[in-house]
Amino acid sequence: MGDERLNVRAQVLLWTAQRASGAVLALCVVVHLVTIIYAVRNGLSAAEVLGRTRASIGWAAFYSVFVLAAAVHAPIGLRSVLSETLNWRGAGLDITVTALALALALWGLRAVYAVFI
Amino acid sequence: MSTLSVAIWRGQESGRYQKFEVPRLASQTVLDVVTFIQRELDPTLAYRYSCRVGMCGSCAMTVNGRARWTCRTHVDSVAQGGRLEISPLRNLPVVRDLVTDMTPFFDKWARARGRFQGGATRRDDFARVAPGSPARMLADAGIECIGCGVCYSSCDVVAWNPDYLGPAALNRAWTLVNDARDTGNRARLAAVAGDAGCHACHTHMSCTERCPKQISPTAAIAGLKRATALAALRGELSDE
Repeated sequence: MGDERLNVRAQVLLWTAQRASGAVLALCVVVHLVTIIYAVRNGLSAAEVLGRTRASIGWAAFYSVFVLAAAVHAPIGLRSVLSETLNWRGAGLDITVTALALALALWGLRAVYAVFI
Repeated sequence: MSTLSVAIWRGQESGRYQKFEVPRLASQTVLDVVTFIQRELDPTLAYRYSCRVGMCGSCAMTVNGRARWTCRTHVDSVAQGGRLEISPLRNLPVVRDLVTDMTPFFDKWARARGRFQGGATRRDDFARVAPGSPARMLADAGIECIGCGVCYSSCDVVAWNPDYLGPAALNRAWTLVNDARDTGNRARLAAVAGDAGCHACHTHMSCTERCPKQISPTAAIAGLKRATALAALRGELSDE
């Protein structure tokens, strides 16, 4: 794979996207944890959880945002980790982490859809 | 008279530590120790120094595992159990013994456009910069760098990413970004941004902790991250 590097503006926008998605994730993780604790402490069954999520635009929207923020945040971080630990740079790395971003988004949104319908 | 047990790196990238016994003196600096060894015990030892008073930035070495300026480092403050281990700065090619090749370090200052670029002519009046203005104060915070390489040697990201410009070059660029007289900032921001520039910094802050001049390159790098991100969002950041 070639050694073509992203232009500097794209590199900076990736960093900015990671910071911004990190801020969104911080909020989402707090809401998610509170939700889990509420569900466990109140002994909600799987059927009761599904009863709340099915056809709920609010929950679907929240978890879609969560999934998309993770799909943006994690691959950009992994790009730095791989670059620094394996000395891997260039187009091959960028294509790999883009594929990971798409996979994370796809798997995550599939899970959101599964508890929505 | 009590003595110090001193292990000194000999050779280049590959080499070994050589042991010396050096008389312990009051108010002795690490540079005094190295100088004693070269003048009295082994004249073939290579090391570098100039001013001896913390101005020139040429005597930095790794002392007991940490990069330090040796001329202002008292043996008292670093020699645990009367032992010293002295090796060349990390992250730079070793010329011989304690001497590193500083070329990559200063080449990166040039890549970060660390040279002042003025726009005034001899017919223009002096620029008047208020000492208390925010930009002047930001420039002041980083301007006393002596280019010793301690921060560069202490930086993990430099070790992991050889293209990374490093704390000193980025700190220099930030002082110029805040210099009201400088006209080269558009190109400078592009030069210091991205994977090999300020955005590679993980904010470990080793540079800030170990800078002998108490400068905070981490703060300068954070400033550059903000300035370059804003420029990128405005579409004002492009490769030369």
